[in-house]
Amino acid sequence: MQSYPEIQRNLRTKILTMYKRANAGHIACSLSCIDLMIASLILEKTEDEQFILSKGHAAVALYVSLNYLGEISDEELLTFYTDGTRLSAHPSANKFKNIPFALGSLGHGLPIAAGIAKANKILKNNDFCYVLMSDGETNEGTTWEAMHFAVKNQLDNLIVMIDKNRVQGFGYLQDVLGDTANPKVWKEIGFEVHETGGHDVAQIRNTIQHIKSHQNKKPRVIIANTIKGKGVSYMENTIDWHYLPMNDEQYQLALKEVNHQK
Amino acid sequence: MRNLFSKKIQEVVLQDEKIIFVTGDLGYNALENLRNSIPDRFINAGVAEQNMIGMAAGLAYKGFKVFCYSIAPFITYRCLEQIRLDVCIHKLPVFIVGNGGGYGYGIMGATHHAIEDLACLSSLPNIDCWIPNIDDDVPFVIDEILKNKKPAYLRLGKNVKNPFGTPPEIISQLKKSPQPRVTIISQGAVTQNVIEATENSSDIDIFTVSKLPLLEIPINLKQSILQSKKLLIVEEHVFRGGLSENVSLKLLENNIQLDKFKALYALGYPNELYGSQSYHQKISGLDKENILKVLTEL
Repeated sequence: MQSYPEIQRNLRTKILTMYKRANAGHIACSLSCIDLMIASLILEKTEDEQFILSKGHAAVALYVSLNYLGEISDEELLTFYTDGTRLSAHPSANKFKNIPFALGSLGHGLPIAAGIAKANKILKNNDFCYVLMSDGETNEGTTWEAMHFAVKNQLDNLIVMIDKNRVQGFGYLQDVLGDTANPKVWKEIGFEVHETGGHDVAQIRNTIQHIKSHQNKKPRVIIANTIKGKGVSYMENTIDWHYLPMNDEQYQLALKEVNHQK
Repeated sequence: MRNLFSKKIQEVVLQDEKIIFVTGDLGYNALENLRNSIPDRFINAGVAEQNMIGMAAGLAYKGFKVFCYSIAPFITYRCLEQIRLDVCIHKLPVFIVGNGGGYGYGIMGATHHAIEDLACLSSLPNIDCWIPNIDDDVPFVIDEILKNKKPAYLRLGKNVKNPFGTPPEIISQLKKSPQPRVTIISQGAVTQNVIEATENSSDIDIFTVSKLPLLEIPINLKQSILQSKKLLIVEEHVFRGGLSENVSLKLLENNIQLDKFKALYALGYPNELYGSQSYHQKISGLDKENILKVLTEL
């Protein structure tokens, strides 16, 4: 198997290539959460478990991860953003086993994941359900509804991952509604809270393994401190790169930077 | 119809352990027995309808058939996007049950009425909207919903006894005349008013439609309309997206010509005053007296 940095470089390169070919935005959103996906979807999720990408605007990170796992071919990746594709800008429904739900309207993934976790409890199996959210998504009312549902139903088989890059669609987390992804709040409501660096695959894996090693009737949240646009200096921590596509020069610089990281 | 629904659900959940029942914190004096008989499969999701529907989609993805219950407006408008995205486009067996469709909650006011619910939900992909018209329709419709295993909306109304003894069907002919002067198509609780208004008439055909969107006009309904050439539609729902609009489209598509067409439908709150279900029916001209008047004029 490739080393973690090799996988990280490889998938970041594919992400950049797909966005450049499509002349599409949401690049920084995918670069922000790809390491969380490597740790959870690629390395820790078992065959029978579900991974839900609630921040559907990072679909490209999901597509390259499923490409790594062999579910989406290199040829199919080339169809991204084109007419007649199965790879729309936000994941579409009923096409891939590991894309169980079409998501992209924010605030839908956590309730769905809570339902899957509840089903696993009723079925008395040992499967976990992973859901990857943006921090902006914690603004949504459904997040708060689902948090309380998960706590009340003792869903310790639910692993919520928050990509806390602190950059929302039209402002910074702190400036929009305040820190709705605050670990104190999640803990107070009844979650087992883990704060991690969001780009350290080994640390994220360790956290997931620790979570899976014990039961305590509390749903779990990994609040991952991430950098939006991680790996491309001019994209990092900016609102612009939530939306912008790259020109040729920017693309070459981005490729160079992600491939020179350790 | 809530108690008929509860009775039937009680039967089916004991026969099928893949059925889960979720309520949005409602069901007092109706769902207690159900809660006691399947404690592991009865979920009170709280006053949180959007999460209830998304969560139900997660349960359905894992192989369960999920009934979600609340008052009709709360479980339709409030969570329309969850119904569209989480349930409908994934074709999941989540069955949305709204009690008190139309003006069913009467004096409770506009917050508790659902007179645009069928327009909202029947326009979504892969979903059937079920409207039991008479009491016997309730168990029939629940069996259909479970058999189809696809997204469904069940709009429960007030009890209506069927004096004609006809078996429940999706499009049912309650009353048949040898030479119909007028054909009536009715939907929902106003069927009671239609039955009463036509008690002494022997030249009226009455049909009810318990499923939208309307996919076709069945042969017996077509024959009745071709004979009478006069059609009256009565529904406790706004015109747009309801039974009247559905029937109108099918008449045009099938080139069925009429001499006279009249639709009686919910007008909303034209005087901005509130009252019982009967009061709102009267304001919209859905009451027995107005139906009689319209029949005379046709």
